[in-house]
Amino acid sequence: MKLCYHCGEACKSDSLVFDEKDFCCNGCKTVYEILSSNDLDYYYALDNRPGISPKTQLGKFDFLKNDEIVEKLLEFKSKEVCIVNLLIPEIHCSSCIWVLENLSKLHPGIKTSQVNFPEKTLRIHFSAEKITFSQLVELLCKLGYEPYISLSDSDKKEKNIDRSLIYKLGVAGFAFGNIMFLSFPEYFEVKEFWLDQFKYVFRWLMFAFSLPVVFYSASTYFISAFKGLKSGILNIDVPIALGITVLFLRSTFEVVFDLGTGFFDSLSGLVFFLLLGRFFQQKTYSYLSFERDYKSYFPIGITRINHPNTQNQNEEQVEVYKLRKGDKILIRNNELIPVDAKLLEGDALIDYSFVTGEAVPVSIKKADKIYAGGKQTAGLLQVEVLKPVEQSYLTQLWNNEVFDKNFKGSFQDLTNKISGYFTKAILSISILATIAWYFIDPSMMPKVFTAVLIIACPCALALAAPFTLGNLLRIFGQHKFYLKEANIIEKMANIDAVVFDKTGTLTSTKRNIITYEGDLLSEEEKSLLNSTLRASNHPLSRSLYEILEQNDIKTLDYFTEEVGKGMAASANRNSIKIGAFKYVAENNELEQDVLNQTAVHISTNNHYKGRYILKNEYRENVTQLFKELGQNKQLFVLSGDNDGERKSLEKLLPLSTKMSFNQKPQDKLQFIKKLQEEGKSVMMIGDGLNDAGALKQSDVGVVISENINVFSPACDAILDASVFGKIGQFFSLANSGHRIIKFSFLLSLFYNLIGLGFAVTGHLSPIVAAILMPLSSISIVAFTTVSSQYSAKRILKKDAKNIQYQAELNYQ
Amino acid sequence: MNIIYVLLSISVVVAIVFFIAFIISVKRGQYDDTYTPSVRMLFEDEVIDSKENSKITDK
Repeated sequence: MKLCYHCGEACKSDSLVFDEKDFCCNGCKTVYEILSSNDLDYYYALDNRPGISPKTQLGKFDFLKNDEIVEKLLEFKSKEVCIVNLLIPEIHCSSCIWVLENLSKLHPGIKTSQVNFPEKTLRIHFSAEKITFSQLVELLCKLGYEPYISLSDSDKKEKNIDRSLIYKLGVAGFAFGNIMFLSFPEYFEVKEFWLDQFKYVFRWLMFAFSLPVVFYSASTYFISAFKGLKSGILNIDVPIALGITVLFLRSTFEVVFDLGTGFFDSLSGLVFFLLLGRFFQQKTYSYLSFERDYKSYFPIGITRINHPNTQNQNEEQVEVYKLRKGDKILIRNNELIPVDAKLLEGDALIDYSFVTGEAVPVSIKKADKIYAGGKQTAGLLQVEVLKPVEQSYLTQLWNNEVFDKNFKGSFQDLTNKISGYFTKAILSISILATIAWYFIDPSMMPKVFTAVLIIACPCALALAAPFTLGNLLRIFGQHKFYLKEANIIEKMANIDAVVFDKTGTLTSTKRNIITYEGDLLSEEEKSLLNSTLRASNHPLSRSLYEILEQNDIKTLDYFTEEVGKGMAASANRNSIKIGAFKYVAENNELEQDVLNQTAVHISTNNHYKGRYILKNEYRENVTQLFKELGQNKQLFVLSGDNDGERKSLEKLLPLSTKMSFNQKPQDKLQFIKKLQEEGKSVMMIGDGLNDAGALKQSDVGVVISENINVFSPACDAILDASVFGKIGQFFSLANSGHRIIKFSFLLSLFYNLIGLGFAVTGHLSPIVAAILMPLSSISIVAFTTVSSQYSAKRILKKDAKNIQYQAELNYQ
Repeated sequence: MNIIYVLLSISVVVAIVFFIAFIISVKRGQYDDTYTPSVRMLFEDEVIDSKENSKITDK
């Protein structure tokens, strides 16, 4: 088998040979020609067969000829130079970076281009006089790097990257280092002339360095503590803010009145470590987006036919938002239908996999309704708009209040749960200790009071969760489970109900199983069937044809195909009809649940023979996973389809699983809401846009995706379909993360007790604080990191062994 | 020993210079993409090479 020199795909029998190299298709050959004629064949030297076969449909980007749309996409525009930032999902290797950054060699109008690999974006400076934007996009498409331009790009606001955490961390680190140097001489309480002479300079310098730490770096904690107090919650930031305040005030007091060095070193170190924890927790997968809605799917422009059936009929590229009821629009092959519409002309074969996860396309009769979100797969269509974009069946879901605001605020994590008790305990200890000192030595009272608040500042406590969760987040990512935020792991540990979508989630979208039911076909009939299927372009017949044994192909005497119904053919005085049941066997009757199945029916010589039933294959490990999860969680299956699959699901899943069918997107959302009202913590696992409401409503919404670069609805986490069976392991890892956090709380409380011992007895010197605080923080970080790594290894390794074992069993 | 004032101010100034350099580099987005530059760095020479080669073959 020859491999294509450009894209590495296997060449079919008719491979193209050019320049002594094989190519699988014309597109690949063209890319090679373009690159080699422009001295860019180094592309092929960097990586072996790095290319992408260009697959762009002609006219897909016609809407870029509309200046109004282009204007919205450009970041900057002037006469000489335009800047645009394009998302190119195909970027995957160093060759991609190289060729895209050398675009200027291909067209003089392109000035520079720069790739951001992690985000898969390309930033191009070009001159609009020499190359128009649509030509630029065309060039990219020709090379196989089709940019992804969607409706959401057109109304994006200026994107501001929030770098304030890095600044704060930088400031704190800078001050921490310098203050450490300056406070070093006084750690050893030596009486030395020069040291005494200069200590004031050192102290005031330390004071100066601590100002930005307190007022800038630590501002987050003050604000959060204030907000918490205002709503009556003692969150973890309250004792932290209290500690920082007391540290700063007491140190300043000591410096001003020449009582001591103060605790500036501990203060800046504390803030630095805390911010470090935040930084570590903040791992983002920049190339994944967790915030998508329907706008990311829909094209931004569409071809409208103005004044149809009149003399001045013309085509115009308009923005999707400007479509009104009654407009006539043109849908090309492989284009997404952005509005609910009525079919006027053309063979409609709509793939709703974006919406429902169902991979088998549906054919639609003339004058029937096509819903927004479907993708046309059989040629050109003319449709009439029934509803504008915002009011379509699917997009209406986004009018639900769930999408309005971030309402998932009610979750209280472990740290904040414990901090309420912690704060109260600390305050009472400090007051008790102060009262006790009143009887021993009243002059020590303020010293002891502040010392308790200082040493009790829950630095280690606050670091436990960020480091454990941040670490687990990375481990999950390595195993292809991508979380939006670290605290989702804590939410996962609390989940007690899991809701699955059926189509596309429990079933895989790729493979179909075909079984035959009915009378056996004779050899003659089989060959007639094959010959007829071969002539058809319907996806169902194509996949059936590929699966069936190919025996001798006959020339058909007669062939006709009716869209949405089926086809009829004849050869050697035998006739055959293939397609929908009604078309194939006009007079016969079938039970309803047989009719509910996706099937190709066959009749020969007007006699009904049987049907090929196409089923989505259920993912591997579905049964095992449900058994595993069912042990401590309630399981539900929601499906938008009819209940034709109920029986096979019942066979596959444990009896306790509850199933609901015929669920509309809105119903799914309500279902989750009801479960939550019953006091359950719900995880929703889905895939299509029709699950978007349920995903948003649930406590943890997980999207399962065959290809994570393809767009998925808004969610909390994205799961690669290949690790579907590992969900159980992910749950137990989340649980063990929960346990690790609890352990580290104990550990940090132990440190606090030691510190309190010093503080209550009035022995808290700056050097004790300067040693104890970093020590506790670092040991917490070490403990959480090591133990989360260890438990991940244990849990996920067990899983690897299990799979091997299963595979061996299957083999036997 | 008054030299300590000079030394101190020098050390603080040097520290602040580096700090400002850090802030500027963050602001300019130098830390936004930490992967691509590591790949790009390896290309530069090769581009010139392939060009020169092709010129030679042209002759």
